[in-house]
Amino acid sequence: MTSSTQSPTRPSGSSTPLPELPDEVVTRALLREVALPRTAGGDPGTIALITLDNGRDHTRPTTLGPAGLASLDSALDGAAELVAAGRVRAVAITGKPFFFLAGADLTMAASGATVATSAEHAREIAVAIGRRGHDVLRRLGELGVPSFAFVNGVALGGGVEVALHCTYRTISSGVPALALPECFLGILPGWGGTYLLPRLIGVERALEVIIANPMQNNRMLNGRKAFDLGIADAMFEPADFLERSLVWAAEVLTGVRSVERAEVSDDEASWAAAVAEARAGAELKFHGAAPAYPRALDLVALARTADRDTAFEAESQSLADLIVSPQFANSLYAFDLVNKRAKRPVGVPSASLARPVTKVGVVGAGLMATQLATLFLRRLKVPVALTDLDADRVTRGVEAVRSEIRSQAAKGRIRGDEANRLEALVSGSVEAAEAFAGADLVIEAVFEELEVKKQVLAAVERVVSPECVLMTNTSSLSVSAMAAELEHPERVVGFHFFNPVAVLPLVEVVRAERTDDATLATAFAVGKGLRKSCVLVADAPAFVVNRLLTRFLGEVTAAVDEGTPVEVADAALEPLGLPMSPFTLLQLVGPAVALHVAETMHAAYPDRFGVSQTLRSLVAAGRTGVFTWGMDGKPYVDEETRALFVQGEAPSSAEQVRERALSALGQECALMLSEGVVAEAADIDLCMLLGAGWPFHLGGITPYLRRSGHLPRTG
Amino acid sequence: MAGILHDVVFVDGVRTPFGKAGESGVYARTRADDLVVRCIRELLARHPQLPPERIDEVAVAATTQTGDQGLTIGRMSALLAGLPRSVPGFAIDRMCAGAMTAVTTTASGIASGFYDVAIAGGVEHMGHHPMGEGVDPNPRIVAEKLVDPSALVMGQTAENLHDRFPKVTKQRCDVYAAASQARVAAAYEAGRLQADLVPMSTRDAEGAWGLATVDEPPRPGTTVEDLAALRTPFRPSGRVTAGNSAGLNDGATACLIASAEVAAELGLPVRMRLVGYAFAGVEPEVMGIGPVPATEKVLARTGLSIEDIGLFEINEAFAVQVLAFLDHFGIADDDPRVNPDGGAIALGHPLASSGVRLMTQLARHFQDRPEVRYGLTTMCIGIGMGGSVIWENPHHADYGTDRTERAA
Repeated sequence: MTSSTQSPTRPSGSSTPLPELPDEVVTRALLREVALPRTAGGDPGTIALITLDNGRDHTRPTTLGPAGLASLDSALDGAAELVAAGRVRAVAITGKPFFFLAGADLTMAASGATVATSAEHAREIAVAIGRRGHDVLRRLGELGVPSFAFVNGVALGGGVEVALHCTYRTISSGVPALALPECFLGILPGWGGTYLLPRLIGVERALEVIIANPMQNNRMLNGRKAFDLGIADAMFEPADFLERSLVWAAEVLTGVRSVERAEVSDDEASWAAAVAEARAGAELKFHGAAPAYPRALDLVALARTADRDTAFEAESQSLADLIVSPQFANSLYAFDLVNKRAKRPVGVPSASLARPVTKVGVVGAGLMATQLATLFLRRLKVPVALTDLDADRVTRGVEAVRSEIRSQAAKGRIRGDEANRLEALVSGSVEAAEAFAGADLVIEAVFEELEVKKQVLAAVERVVSPECVLMTNTSSLSVSAMAAELEHPERVVGFHFFNPVAVLPLVEVVRAERTDDATLATAFAVGKGLRKSCVLVADAPAFVVNRLLTRFLGEVTAAVDEGTPVEVADAALEPLGLPMSPFTLLQLVGPAVALHVAETMHAAYPDRFGVSQTLRSLVAAGRTGVFTWGMDGKPYVDEETRALFVQGEAPSSAEQVRERALSALGQECALMLSEGVVAEAADIDLCMLLGAGWPFHLGGITPYLRRSGHLPRTG
Repeated sequence: MAGILHDVVFVDGVRTPFGKAGESGVYARTRADDLVVRCIRELLARHPQLPPERIDEVAVAATTQTGDQGLTIGRMSALLAGLPRSVPGFAIDRMCAGAMTAVTTTASGIASGFYDVAIAGGVEHMGHHPMGEGVDPNPRIVAEKLVDPSALVMGQTAENLHDRFPKVTKQRCDVYAAASQARVAAAYEAGRLQADLVPMSTRDAEGAWGLATVDEPPRPGTTVEDLAALRTPFRPSGRVTAGNSAGLNDGATACLIASAEVAAELGLPVRMRLVGYAFAGVEPEVMGIGPVPATEKVLARTGLSIEDIGLFEINEAFAVQVLAFLDHFGIADDDPRVNPDGGAIALGHPLASSGVRLMTQLARHFQDRPEVRYGLTTMCIGIGMGGSVIWENPHHADYGTDRTERAA
């Protein structure tokens, strides 16, 4: 247990007040007395029903900031008065249509950093956030009469905690999302969640919600799953959810219905084992880089025996430690990027310039081409035509797309009619003129060789209209060079997907020297239609993600080439909590592709990008990577592979390897910014978050590099 | 009645509490389709033995069929209620007798063997859809004097009815209206109305949720003196007031009807059996007299006489129209067989929904009065019509003994 969770008592006296949020969209807690319908058990009397509503429509979820908490507090004052006057038999709380409560206003957590006069003051404000939440929310469970949460819609974080403080909960089977996403954001459920949830549904299930789901890319529950976990006592369909919930409450109050819950074990050994298992999982994934998880686990461990006051104060203290941590600041920044900047890309010409795309051509019928064809087909639902030099390959390519559609249909992800529609829309031909007639967009996904791509684009240009947008999925070649000899180079744009294209949300949209605004606008509109997040990048070698990953990987492999044991080099970056180690990444990319990109980059920037002899040797031997996976599922380097290593006599320590890799990343980021590869550092981070899956707690990468001193604070 | 192949039974009926139309009414921020969906779901919840896929039709009436009462509301409310997509539905309009027509139309299908089970109901959100919303009367109505222009304003037709029947005085109407209020108050007191109500969620202007569990329109304690003081909005020195008429209301109803055989097969309760129905047209400017010829017609067709009818549920659009009916059949103004628990003057009249309320209340009376064999539900209808439906009480000793011989 960490030091702060050992301070069980809360100092008396005045607490630091929460600073006001000038832009808070205030969720008001509206209190009404509602007469309940009679039941077989008699007249249930009246209930005090609190509605949480921010007065906005369904596009603005309800959240609790300082003013929202004050409103809830005063509604609970009103409810307490009604209880004292004997006017109500119970208290209930629900939300506006489609939302129960989407949790704390995140800007409240960030506010301390902006108004605090000192680090101590910032922490005091952070503590106040936890305490104020506890003080208000716990009243729901301490009114002296039963309380009910009617979870009618989205319930996140503090919203779930509001429900947990109540005596009983009903949930709508239409709830699309219920989660405690705090750890994903670098904090923890600090308004009672770590204490109340394990005691309600048991430690194993609680850890699924508090730890495992946030770790799995912030997975969320729906109403039914939440009910199955025991988070709610009753579930009703959305059509008459509130009416049934109120009738259910009336039945509970008149004794017609008893509420059964599964027994929760507080067995010391199994509780400790569950916490230990979750802790090991978080450690394996983050190597200590995401402190929210172990801190939340400390609190779940404490919850088994602690009383409410102790547990809630410990939550407030741990929450405060995390709120002032760099990981949370990075996470908030990253959250904002993927939720706002990713949806409104910077530097893009007006969408009104975009041309309609009613037919798409794909050059190539290999794996990448069929993946692209499938994506365009599924999302744009327009005719998609494949071409290749070889008729057999065309046939196989078209069949691969159709087979993927059928397999999606078999899994229920595409409805039958839709599958028929899509299957009919895909075609292929060896004749480009036939295949691409009427196409508004043609994308090439042929071999990564400049001359090949130039020839392909020239051939396509001969058979399409002058406005047809030509896209290249190149990962490292110069788009300007590719377009240079075309008759209409202004309609060429880079459109770089990440593998697997159906999964990774990023597309780097490359503006070449002569790309015009209409082409660029069309590319962004198409990206949006494909439900990808597009980032505008300049036509510089390997753009953003591959340039950083190649440089990073290059430094680590160089250390191995110099004599560092591969195990040491591979583990050197663990403290960052990256999604995979460098050599696992190499295995995923494939040594041949990695070598090809490394050579391209070496040609462009020989001073900074080397070509590893070990990598060459692995490629020459046809290896898929350095690792072999043992029977136990763990990777190891077998002797045959080790013999391929070309190593010197100058090993580095893990720390040296890490320092070297981070310095290289910092240098490359600084260069990209000065070269204008992206508009701002935020775009580098967005690319790394969405294209490489780099974690929120690093803020992508530049916030981390600035804090670690590998990138200047400004610039 | 000739042609009935299958007996049609009324299984159950429910309604939302009725609200006052307008910004301050309980349903000001509640959708009309949600009101009727709530009723349909309540019927399904009360009768879990009915497999929803056995429902052959969902007929929902609304007078104004646009906005939240549009999109073929019978079909749309079936979907919104979560019925299987295989269950069809349609929209009906016969002004005030919409729900009644939903029942008689689907009942005809059941009687002929084309349906086994149907849901019939109606909704009118007069707050969202004021009477006359979007109407575009044909200019020939005036040019060719086809219909007196007053026929389109219901209050004026009620004044016209007073002109035709001078014996029906304003005083009699006010006494009748006060009695309706008193009967509703007594029924509420005794808990007789609540069982047919489905609690309905509401939202106020600030966004706070509430729950409607009782009707909003009733004014218990209304006296004849109170009513005498009200102004007559349709004519200077007229007789029709807000107090001796039904108000402008929001609400919905729905009922479950089935063939007697299928009800028995599925174990559905039988609360009434349909004996016969008739609709009749009258001069549109005195539409309130409609129940008289409609009732004469249904009596003639069923071979029953007015003396056979032991209970009357007559819609109280206007007191004058009820009294004109009672005078015609020689029934006293305060006859306890007529609207025993009061009527629309107190409860409200959300136009197209009211027909099923009459039936649901009659079914409730049948249960309490096994000595009554036949009951009548009847109502006047805008543009000059009346509708009457005769029902038989399954609790009566002679229930079912007069059934028509059926084809083998």
